[in-house]
Amino acid sequence: MNREEYKGVYVFAQQVDNKVSNIALELLGKGKALADDLGSEVVAMLLGSDIKDQAQILAEYGADKVIVVDHPFLKEYMTEPYTQAISAIIRECKPDVVLFGATAIGRDLAPCVAATVHTGLTADCTKLDIGDFPMNPIPGKETLHKQLLMTRPAFGGNTIATIAIPDFRPQMATVRPGVMQKLPRNKEAKANIIEFDAHLEKNDRYVEILDVVKKVSDYVDIQDAKILVSGGRGMQNKENYEKYLRPLANLLGGQVSSSRAGVDQFGIPKELQVGQTGKTVRPKLYIACGISGAIQHLAGMEESDLIIAINKDETAPIFDVADYGIVGDLFQILPILTKMVEQELAKKAEM
Amino acid sequence: MNIVVCIKQVPDTAGGVKFNPDGTLDRAAMLAIMNPDDKAGLEAALRLKDEYGAKVTVVTMGLPKADAILREAMAMGADDAVLVTDRVLGGADTWATSQTLAGALRALDYDLVITGRQAIDGDTAQVGPQLSVHLGLPIVSYTQKLRIEGDYVIAERMFDDRHHVLKVKMPCLLTALSELNEPRYMTPGGIFEAFQKPVTIMGRKDLVDTLDSNIGKVGSPTQIAKASDKVRKGAGTQYIPEDATDAAEYITAKLKEKFII
Repeated sequence: MNREEYKGVYVFAQQVDNKVSNIALELLGKGKALADDLGSEVVAMLLGSDIKDQAQILAEYGADKVIVVDHPFLKEYMTEPYTQAISAIIRECKPDVVLFGATAIGRDLAPCVAATVHTGLTADCTKLDIGDFPMNPIPGKETLHKQLLMTRPAFGGNTIATIAIPDFRPQMATVRPGVMQKLPRNKEAKANIIEFDAHLEKNDRYVEILDVVKKVSDYVDIQDAKILVSGGRGMQNKENYEKYLRPLANLLGGQVSSSRAGVDQFGIPKELQVGQTGKTVRPKLYIACGISGAIQHLAGMEESDLIIAINKDETAPIFDVADYGIVGDLFQILPILTKMVEQELAKKAEM
Repeated sequence: MNIVVCIKQVPDTAGGVKFNPDGTLDRAAMLAIMNPDDKAGLEAALRLKDEYGAKVTVVTMGLPKADAILREAMAMGADDAVLVTDRVLGGADTWATSQTLAGALRALDYDLVITGRQAIDGDTAQVGPQLSVHLGLPIVSYTQKLRIEGDYVIAERMFDDRHHVLKVKMPCLLTALSELNEPRYMTPGGIFEAFQKPVTIMGRKDLVDTLDSNIGKVGSPTQIAKASDKVRKGAGTQYIPEDATDAAEYITAKLKEKFII
């Protein structure tokens, strides 16, 4: 394997119902930064059926080039045709780095691609850097420069590991949604579109779709919220989320979310769950109310810009990550706080 | 119908984790259980056995002490058990692990292969899909429901906002979610029998069509650059207010300071 032959940071531009997913834009943002460090370009791989019109959006969010594979087999996500198409691009274009979102689709597709092209894959990364491997020189061992260093939590967030793929290309990773930042949109950007024929052929691994059943969601995605007012076991029941958290969230222009305890015990919808088995969020403000802060919960919210926690138990682990931790009874504090915030906002409106 | 279920012995993460000096996990120092998603996969296989009749074989790759989860699986109702263990297989990443399991499965009969979606130690969810590629089998990831119709499996594959109902010809591979079912308990008779039955041991030489360059640490494309306990960002200020009004004033002041309001 000649590492010099492999160039460019390629990202899988996930689309659902012919609409590019947010994760694709986040990957472009990070991919652009990595490409700058490597002195190369960031390329989006867009797969679908009648999908070309989405290429422009990818350019506006930083793609130097968009490779489009347009084929009826790619209309709805299916493991095998998608694996064939991405593997074909990799064999033809020889990218240095390939990134996928750690979504249900990305975590199905990426391992199949890595197994097909024989390379390494790091799952669910929260940090990507370009650097040396080994990170500190080891006598008698060659130090490789400009390697992709992929950092990920494991063991339910108890540990963190940095992984490299020194002897295989491309270096592949899935990246957790909500962790990387997308670039500001540049409407002037023009897409450099390359249509790619992946020569898709049905084989034994193709499966038949009998039905696609969509869930209708009544909720705004908590990953898009700038402010989250979040509840946990201390909320006692579902009604208290509406009574105590919702008014404050509404005033601040935010959303209500929950820890796993609220989902499992009070029937809060799973879509609103923050944490390892829920969603990773990084809002400007996260207010944790009656959340003790299990390690799996912290893994999903500790990157928030500002964390305020209210909890009765002064030893609760949530206080280990909170910028401001208030020891007290949320049922007493929240109504007064909501009123004060309302007054402050009213004062501001008068000015 | 022959069903092979791949299971893994994992450390119970509730007890905290420990490392060897080289940054790899010190599995010996932690409590070991059958991985929850794998147990759901085993339960799914046992229900198919109850309904349609099948022979269920459990396979694990690990240290000799992984015998414990194979006995547990047999006590739940699995018919046969295979332990793939060999010094040269250690330190494997998902590529090398899936290559090893593929080598072991080529020596077995199967119409259906079931793996858990992911293990609670690595959380990668990669071994099932990679195994399907090495064996050339169609895959249904995140299976939340399944039934058999003749030579086909009808399975529901869960995605974020939807599920697909898929029709897949056997042989095929499914990865199971722990939401798939509630695994049964071992029965006293089952436990007794499980310790009478033999466990088949497979070593490096028993793997079929497996290259040395694809197994163990040397066959692993990924390498650990650094491993450590997670460092938290560190606590900020903890405030013990006089009363609720004091607390609310404190928070309001902070929100103003940070230009939130």
